Amino acid sequence: MAQSQATQDRVNDFVIKLANVNGTGSASANTLLMKSIFRMGVPVMGKNYFPSNIQGLPTWYEIRVTREAYVARSGRVDLMVAMNAETYAKDLREVSPGGFLIFDSTWPRSSVLVRDDITILGAPLARLCNENFSGVRNRILMKNVMYVGLLAALLEIDVELIRQLLNESYARKPALVEANMKAVQLGYDHAKQHLPCPLPLRIERMDKTRGHVMIDGNTAAGLGAVYAGATVGPWYPITPSTSLMDSFKAFCTRLRTDPETGKQNYAVIQAEDELAAIGMVLGASWNGARAFTATSGPGISLMSEFIGLAYYAEVPAVIVDVQRVGPSTGMPTRTQQCDLMLCAYASHGDTKHVLLFPSNPEECFHMMVQAFDLADRLQTPVFMMSDLDIGMNDWMCPQLQWDDAYRPDRGKVLSREEVEALPKFHRYLDKDDDGITYRTLPGVSAKGAYFTRGSGHNQYGAYTEDSAEYQVVMERLVRKFKRAKTLVPAPVIEATGTSDIGLVAIGSSRGAVNEARDILAKRGIAVDYMRIKAFPFTKEVEAFMASHEKIFVVEQNRDAQLRSLLTLETDVPKSKLHSILHYSGLPMTSKEIVEAVAAELGDARRASLTAAN
Amino acid sequence: MSFINKPKVRHPDLPKNELGLTRRDYEGAMSTLCAGCGHDSVTSSITQAIFELSLRPEQLAKLSGIGCSSKTTAYFASGAHGFNGVHGRMPSVATGANAANRNLHYIGVSGDGDSLSIGFGQFAHAIRRNVNMLYICENNGVYGLTKGQFSASADIGTRSKKGEENQQAPVDPCLAALSLGGTFIARSFSGDREQLVPLIKAGLMHKGFALIDVISPCVTFNDHVGSTKSYEFAREHYHEAVHTDYIPARQEITASYGEGEVLPVQMHDGSQLRLRKLDREYDPTHRGKAFEYLRTKLRQGEHVTGLIFLSQSPHPDMHEMLQTPDLPLSQLPYEALHPGAAGLASILKRYA
Repeated sequence: MAQSQATQDRVNDFVIKLANVNGTGSASANTLLMKSIFRMGVPVMGKNYFPSNIQGLPTWYEIRVTREAYVARSGRVDLMVAMNAETYAKDLREVSPGGFLIFDSTWPRSSVLVRDDITILGAPLARLCNENFSGVRNRILMKNVMYVGLLAALLEIDVELIRQLLNESYARKPALVEANMKAVQLGYDHAKQHLPCPLPLRIERMDKTRGHVMIDGNTAAGLGAVYAGATVGPWYPITPSTSLMDSFKAFCTRLRTDPETGKQNYAVIQAEDELAAIGMVLGASWNGARAFTATSGPGISLMSEFIGLAYYAEVPAVIVDVQRVGPSTGMPTRTQQCDLMLCAYASHGDTKHVLLFPSNPEECFHMMVQAFDLADRLQTPVFMMSDLDIGMNDWMCPQLQWDDAYRPDRGKVLSREEVEALPKFHRYLDKDDDGITYRTLPGVSAKGAYFTRGSGHNQYGAYTEDSAEYQVVMERLVRKFKRAKTLVPAPVIEATGTSDIGLVAIGSSRGAVNEARDILAKRGIAVDYMRIKAFPFTKEVEAFMASHEKIFVVEQNRDAQLRSLLTLETDVPKSKLHSILHYSGLPMTSKEIVEAVAAELGDARRASLTAAN
Repeated sequence: MSFINKPKVRHPDLPKNELGLTRRDYEGAMSTLCAGCGHDSVTSSITQAIFELSLRPEQLAKLSGIGCSSKTTAYFASGAHGFNGVHGRMPSVATGANAANRNLHYIGVSGDGDSLSIGFGQFAHAIRRNVNMLYICENNGVYGLTKGQFSASADIGTRSKKGEENQQAPVDPCLAALSLGGTFIARSFSGDREQLVPLIKAGLMHKGFALIDVISPCVTFNDHVGSTKSYEFAREHYHEAVHTDYIPARQEITASYGEGEVLPVQMHDGSQLRLRKLDREYDPTHRGKAFEYLRTKLRQGEHVTGLIFLSQSPHPDMHEMLQTPDLPLSQLPYEALHPGAAGLASILKRYA
């Protein structure tokens, strides 16, 4: 065998990449493969790179088997399953030296598939499918399941676990389980007879996935909305947020349908566009329901006018932005963190909004609940800034926990009795001196009625064009935003206590940063880490930046939007902040962070040596 | 606008409705529209209608967009919550509000610019969803707040105050609503209170989307000779085809009608509409014929008013389509909305 040292110690630590054609059912096969490794107790990471297309274009799935439980991409490919002849050349190039490539040998090996430093293995998958299955569509689907069997033999994955997973997926269709298992077995037997099983890349049982789940962020966020008590979900379909409202609706159908009457305790409304979706959210929130919408960057652009109204008229709203690559239509099926500035200041005039930054599906679940509490408490739009990587990929995360003692914070909403006890109700009067005023819900009583408007209004809720009256309200809104600083979640800080170098990141960069810190530590570079969870920035964010000399701001966009926001909204000197930017559309790797930090510190050291000389 | 605030003193003999409230209890803030604006007459008719219906002011939610028409919601029922949204987007706010609480009466007031240009999409989709609301389009064919541009309802050949002639085809909200599956479609004239008040009552009690397109002349920018939305033109060319009488559930029907003239229609709340056909040929329960009648009259230069169409076939409103419970979604107890920690553990099994 030609493999080098590099693959020798790669038990439970390697990357499989599967090159497929979209629309062929490969996603289910790949999820099956990943899940079976997860069930063997070995931590895994899965990333789906799919085109904005229904059928026929190249698609890739990357599975990182990671005994250290690193959830980011490593940047390596140790085993390429090349099922798409169209992309052979590219796929071959990507394999790391010493790695493996598997192709369908039904057809003669492509002249493209030549490389000396890797092992190329062929298996006649299409031929085996044609011999054993009938029907064109079926043969295509079964070919994918067959390579799962092939890999089970090569990597020593427990075939019984695969059967168990198929049983769970097709509980009501036993015939499908049998057909799939037949394909798995054919692949498995073929590999055992004709291929060098097992490969040095192998799976060995561990016990590191107990108490964990594999779930995507959109599913978790949809579930979070259920637990937050959301009842109205207006939305407009847009990748990559669509599956979030789908998930909310599916959970509601299951959990909130009255078994006797068939009545549904929720309303998911597919709007005519994003403008209508956010308008419905505002109408429902104004009327006392917990309402939210899920969208992506282009949707936020369209919603902006209404977002300004919600800010100024102080109507709660929860908006999930599952970010994708911009600008414009951009690359709808690729990931970025590119809407920070858009959302922080959405709409014309002086506006500022609360943002939450979940870093994985577990946080999507909990932050959905937090977003509703904050929106109700602050009577303002709250954005949960997810992204395609978190939203649409399955992440291994701790089993979601729920505290039955939780009760929604509906904020300052006056009951009928409370309104009646007042001499007079004034909607925008800062009675508690915390920037947050009292509201009433339609229907409560004639005495509590007021007019919600985006035009100039005074603190009593009346229309105004008077400068002083206008400013009283605008200045109170500033106080309210300051109050928000004390209510939003504080950052997570991991400090060594000795380093004056800091890494600052948000959201899905978390996995890459964690791994990068470990690698840097092994090289003797200690770096502290602050994971910001919300905007406006809390005092802890200021303190971390004040106590570190050099700060690397890691983010997934071209223009350093987080760095911009930090320089605009805190006292940190701009010169302290060094950007590490990743905006290819693929999830970030630790390698980029390690290299950027090492290079900058190396340069700095050289510069100081030069200065000393 | 008028600068005299109404005195708070009340005459002890003012007529009272079933709730013991007077018409004054249904008034709103002082109008700031131009003296003689058709919209103020509409406001007056709305006030009268909700007073006569004996609705509690807080049972009503008022919604509007942006423009002269959208100011109207501030001028009636100050005891009702109001929402003045963004331009052309009142229907979505009303839809969301209605989704949250099905137990209030929703009255949306919009204009021809707000509904037929910038908000045409939302207008159309609220009709398609059959949102249970009364939607009044105060239609004057012109943009008032921005000083006299044509709106999308301006007729071909109508002249602006500056003398420009409109050459683009108008959007007729009633024809549009007919084609979009509207279930209650009426047209009226702001100056015809006798026609308008019962229509507003019927529209509020209709279960589903009720559209009333009210020709409401703009005295400042569109009331000149050559305009097809002036008071004079409206009086001459807008003709009632069907007159509607609204009879509340509790009231005995006493009026006598001639044979074949009246079509009684039962409303879901027990009230009754009696449609008096002024044109014997006309059938306001047939969508296709209503469409054809409107088109034919338009070709003759006549604008049909009255209850143009009322669906007689069962037509689910938004809540029926969504299968929501009788209790408003905003009032469901939190405990009923999720299965707690134990339920979560069972949900998560398939992800482990």
